[in-house]
Amino acid sequence: MSDSNVNMVAPPEGVVGEGFFATKLNDVVGLARANSLWPLPFATSCCGIEFMATMASHYDLARFGSERVSFSPRQADMLMVMGTISKKMAPILRQVYEQMSEPRWVIAVGACASSGGIFDTYSVLQGIDKVIPVDVYVPGCPPRPEQIVDGVMKLQELVKTESVRRRSSPEYQELLASYNIK
Amino acid sequence: MALENTAIQEKLAATFAEDVFNFQQERDIFSFEMNANNNTAIILFLKNDSELRFHFLTDLCGIHYPENPIEKQFAVVYHMHNWYENKRIRIKAFINGSTPEIKTISNIFLTSNWMERETYDFFGVNFIGHPQLKRILNMDEMISFPMRKEFPMEDGGRTDKDDRFFGRTIDNC
Repeated sequence: MSDSNVNMVAPPEGVVGEGFFATKLNDVVGLARANSLWPLPFATSCCGIEFMATMASHYDLARFGSERVSFSPRQADMLMVMGTISKKMAPILRQVYEQMSEPRWVIAVGACASSGGIFDTYSVLQGIDKVIPVDVYVPGCPPRPEQIVDGVMKLQELVKTESVRRRSSPEYQELLASYNIK
Repeated sequence: MALENTAIQEKLAATFAEDVFNFQQERDIFSFEMNANNNTAIILFLKNDSELRFHFLTDLCGIHYPENPIEKQFAVVYHMHNWYENKRIRIKAFINGSTPEIKTISNIFLTSNWMERETYDFFGVNFIGHPQLKRILNMDEMISFPMRKEFPMEDGGRTDKDDRFFGRTIDNC
């Protein structure tokens, strides 16, 4: 169709010649990963409602290759924690994270997931980074869908530039070990 | 209204004498206190008496009064409702502050099972004879009873928030 309005992702840097295109494996893998991040929504309160708006037609997270919401952690790439996580729920969140396969990324959406928010109290986890590593924090109480989309785009940048070897690097193993995750 | 406060008071006083006292109308609810040692008999009587018929337990909760003398530092409050007459009552039972314990009524009202667990969870009141007295809302590892007044409002081991920016003292009171 000549009048189709399909947007293509720009190719990574590389050398173009007659019938060939040479680039780095890192860039190709990063490009593929960044544009098909399957989200796993872990929605516990009002930020989850904002996420529903983000997924719906108006804001349409599908534009970023994230339309396939995975409700199984085993098939998800991007854990989106939206809402207050109580201390009683922390082990469950951690188990969900442990069930995700590498590579996996985490976005903490909203003040509660990032820092406990207004719930500065005995029963609430003061930020999910106490139990799992977090890649992107989205501020707001609750954040607008634009902010959530911005957080996803920030994560896409991280994913694009991540080395394919990062997940087996000693630094990464050390990070997981600091959270006591095998 | 068919079921008057005085009728309830006379009936209880005739049956339990000194174990029920301090009857008064507090705003829109008729309230009195009872001897905590006799709570099951009084609740059972209120439920089964053919005239009183308080067959519905609306609520059961605890209160902490750290200012009170040691033998009445905790109170267990029962709210009961007579649906036939649409009459509500509130009963307080004061219990000891060092060993807060009272007999369970979970065999009289099944609904009180979880209410008593919640009261145990937040106040540490021991309900004697409760079939499964363990924490219900807070995490099992918690060692304190957070609704007691001596419990600090905020987590003292907090590292992520700087008190100076929140106008708070060091021990977060």
